[in-house]
Amino acid sequence: MNFPDDRQYTDHDEWVKRDGNTVTLGISDFAQSELGELVFVDLPEVDTELATGEVACEVESVKAVAEVFAPVSGVVIAVNEALEDGAETINTDPYEGGWLMKLRVADDAEFAPLMDAAAYSAKVGG
Amino acid sequence: MLRRTPFYEQHVALGGKMVPFAGFELPVQYPHGIAVEHNAVRTAAGLFDVSHMGELRVKGPGAAAQLSQLLSGDIVGMAIGEASYHMLVNEQGGVVDDVYAYRLADDDFLVCVNAANRDKDREWFKAHWTHDDAELTDEGDDWAQLAIQGPKAVDVMAYLCGEAIREQADRTFTERFVGAASGVLVARTGYTGEDGFELFIPVAQAQVVWDAIQTVAPATGLVSCGLGARDTLRLEARNCLYGHEINDETTPWQAGLGWTIKMDKEGGFIGREALAAQKGKATERLVGLVVTDKRIPRDDMDLYVGDECIGRITSGTRSPSTGKGIALAYVGRGYGRPGTEVEVDVRGKRAAAVIHKGSFTTL
Repeated sequence: MNFPDDRQYTDHDEWVKRDGNTVTLGISDFAQSELGELVFVDLPEVDTELATGEVACEVESVKAVAEVFAPVSGVVIAVNEALEDGAETINTDPYEGGWLMKLRVADDAEFAPLMDAAAYSAKVGG
Repeated sequence: MLRRTPFYEQHVALGGKMVPFAGFELPVQYPHGIAVEHNAVRTAAGLFDVSHMGELRVKGPGAAAQLSQLLSGDIVGMAIGEASYHMLVNEQGGVVDDVYAYRLADDDFLVCVNAANRDKDREWFKAHWTHDDAELTDEGDDWAQLAIQGPKAVDVMAYLCGEAIREQADRTFTERFVGAASGVLVARTGYTGEDGFELFIPVAQAQVVWDAIQTVAPATGLVSCGLGARDTLRLEARNCLYGHEINDETTPWQAGLGWTIKMDKEGGFIGREALAAQKGKATERLVGLVVTDKRIPRDDMDLYVGDECIGRITSGTRSPSTGKGIALAYVGRGYGRPGTEVEVDVRGKRAAAVIHKGSFTTL
């Protein structure tokens, strides 16, 4: 399984990529594999304010629904609209084409605990 | 302690994602995924391990008369080699289980029961047993079971058993050699809405049959399928699943299964009086529905018309064949007409849906 080391990972199997005050959010290769073929993503509206730990969106596979949690407080500034007709991209390309949303966060924003790729890989047995 | 079917090692070797189901470890899917498995069954053929299903054997001069009292449909009139679908109905008119009965001889029947209900059914049979000249045996550990389903299932079977299998009628079974394995009951039955076969295999022959099937799989496009595809296929075909659409409290009338009931059979049957009293009086009925936006209906979601809760989903998924959200649901009287517009409460958000008649394989 693939866990790129240019980003961090949460306890709930999201990945988080920080670029200044912009944070991109997705789900890990492990998460997509556990869920199976994704068929629907219920993305939030742009400008939605999210608090740390709040449900940011839901992703659904044929068999299951999973909640994706905001790892940090912020405002949704973009969502990956391509997923609305192609949720399976999350399966095939979880780290690039399968990104879920971008958040704008404050300079002093406090993140939920994050792991680097090695720690996350060890946690999920990858 | 989870049990394993005779094919456990093969599932693991194929990369099956093993999950607990009805007390067994079974593959929910293989690496190619549910969509590939589902579509293989709609367009070619799929192979399912259904060895978890239970088998109860009823033998003896009184076997037919005894089973006739325990099962809802016509038993006495079954031909040898015929398979038929029945309810076990309790004294309140509820469904103890839905089963398939196979007549092997005048005095010999095999009843295939849901895995989760195997013990319940056996004890229910015993508690209602009145014929000393018939004997009940739980053969659940003696049979492996595989299902081969799809428009090309008959090609797979022709490779395995010879061309004569093509002439075997729906809902009949024959005892055949499958490859080098003898004593396999090959039934033209299934749960997917497609043509197909279910094989009852003496457990000692299980590996021989599996290997024979794998040998012909590449030439026939046969794809291994797990529980996930089994569920999406049966739901598209509108087949009820015990514990979802039917249970000890639902009546066959509500579930649209009245066709499995033979009310006027000689000697009656258990539950007949309750069913007679309830006929035509069901306050809710099972319907199909199709969600018209992209949301996916799931089990136990409530249905609304305006502010009024008018029903509840018993099984829901995204149909792999059509990409649409589909569900079976119980709705109150007056809301079951095809075309009726309702809303599904999807975790606090409303999704528009319409009551749908018939199967969901093409929408």
